Amino acid sequence: MRLIPTALAVAALATGAAFANPVKPAEIQFDDYGAIATSLTGVAGDAANGRDVMITRSKGNCVACHAVTALADIPFHGEVGPTLDGAADRWGEADLRGLVANAKMTFEGTIMPAFYKGSGYIRPGDGYTGDAAVGELPPILTAQEIEDVVAYLLTLKE
Amino acid sequence: MTIHVATRATTGIALAAGLAFAATADETANLIVNEEIEMVTHTAAPAHVENLDEIVSGWVFRSAETQSLQMDDFDNPGMIFVDQGMDQWNEVAGTAGNSCATCHEDVAVTMAGVRSVYPKWNEEAGEVRTLAMQINDCRENQMGAEPYKYTGGEMANMEALISVQSRGMPVDVAIDGPVQATWEAGKELYYTRTGQLELSCANCHEDNYGNMIRADHLSQGQINGFPVYRLKNAKLNTAHARFKGCVRDTRAETYKPGSDEFVALELYVASRGNGLSVEAPSVRN
Ligand code: HEC
Ligand code: HEC
Repeated sequence: MRLIPTALAVAALATGAAFANPVKPAEIQFDDYGAIATSLTGVAGDAANGRDVMITRSKGNCVACHAVTALADIPFHGEVGPTLDGAADRWGEADLRGLVANAKMTFEGTIMPAFYKGSGYIRPGDGYTGDAAVGELPPILTAQEIEDVVAYLLTLKE
Repeated sequence: MTIHVATRATTGIALAAGLAFAATADETANLIVNEEIEMVTHTAAPAHVENLDEIVSGWVFRSAETQSLQMDDFDNPGMIFVDQGMDQWNEVAGTAGNSCATCHEDVAVTMAGVRSVYPKWNEEAGEVRTLAMQINDCRENQMGAEPYKYTGGEMANMEALISVQSRGMPVDVAIDGPVQATWEAGKELYYTRTGQLELSCANCHEDNYGNMIRADHLSQGQINGFPVYRLKNAKLNTAHARFKGCVRDTRAETYKPGSDEFVALELYVASRGNGLSVEAPSVRN
């Protein structure tokens, strides 16, 4: 029994990509356009949970900046970013994964926060307390939450 | 007068619209306080504000209902705190047996035009002083009294009392000479993207003013109306408390109210409003 995961890890190493599970922010391979080809967890995204992440203030809070017609039952959508209606017509899964993980790799200097980035912040805080972050800062979303949001975005077709 | 009538009419329309959209603002309304003080709420940006053509008061972005509270002192809840500031003005405090009035007498005479030029250089101390720093300097060194808490209620009251004496006068903060280095430091802070959300003041208040961010209608983040009465917390709020809240919302470690960083930021942000009218105490949601 114990041999199986080890064997899988060895196989992964042998293909040249040392995929820890989940993939850590620093290990992500973005392509030249900012897309991420492979799942961060290997577990299929859950669109229903992705929807939750999109509307929850302490998580993605995507509607703070983006309007989404499919989320019309949630009050107050922002206008800072473009509407996400039809996002899945404009972008593929790998593009969307890259956009949610770190949109700055696709749109240089964008205001959109990177949701899966571990370091490189100026004066990082401890959540919304205003105090300094203690220890290593976890990304805003977990790897699985990124996958879940991507699964939800893939439902946004016009 | 004609303008005033027109304003009331648009306010009515905006109020009706407000039933459907809680956060709509009447961006064309004019602000005339007590049917007397005409405020400059839109004007050409000063040359040192490179990325804006026009500067706009935060009042413009509030709902018609909130806007109207600032149009008459009887409706403006901030005026209660001005009255409290007046009591503090006349109250003897500290070991020297002085009140503010002992030295400065009639606040309406001696403090007219003071707010509009702060923060400013103090030659003797060799430092940039905010109004709050000057108030506490008087308390400690002229009165032998305890300093007010930087963002506390007594400080906000006193700032409001002093500011209201300059209502309607244009903000006119100096940015060169001895304050230039501090101004530059403030500008640097304004454009630095902080916290885990990596947002600068400019991301929200320069690039996105006029846009909704969730339920909030983004303004230019001007401070000509400070201290402001907020309906949300039912008290007067100082500029440094607001700065702290905005920095915290970027998931960053904030600076402390009264710190060198926030003093520099206040000087810079104040200078971005040069030409707008002093509106304090203004009313916000
Ligand atoms: C602070 C504002 C902000 C937040 C929060 C935000 N975004 Fe964005 N987003 C933008 C902006 C602005 C753009 C446009 C890119 C640009 O030009 O900078 C964008 C672009 C996008 C795009 C590409 C849009 C298209 O169809 O062309 C997607 C997809 C997207 N965001 C998804 C999300 C998701 C999902 C979240 C939350 C997990 C989110 N965004 C949170 C501001 C934001
Ligand atoms: C994530 C977006 C965001 C960032 C970044 C941000 N603010 Fe704000 N700020 C707001 C919102 C929302 C409000 C309330 C609505 C308004 O007045 O714009 C506000 C209000 C203000 C106000 C009150 C304006 C008024 O008229 O009452 C000031 C002053 C201000 N901000 C200054 C700053 C400064 C200085 C910084 C940078 C240190 C900053 N803000 C960063 C979102 C932001």
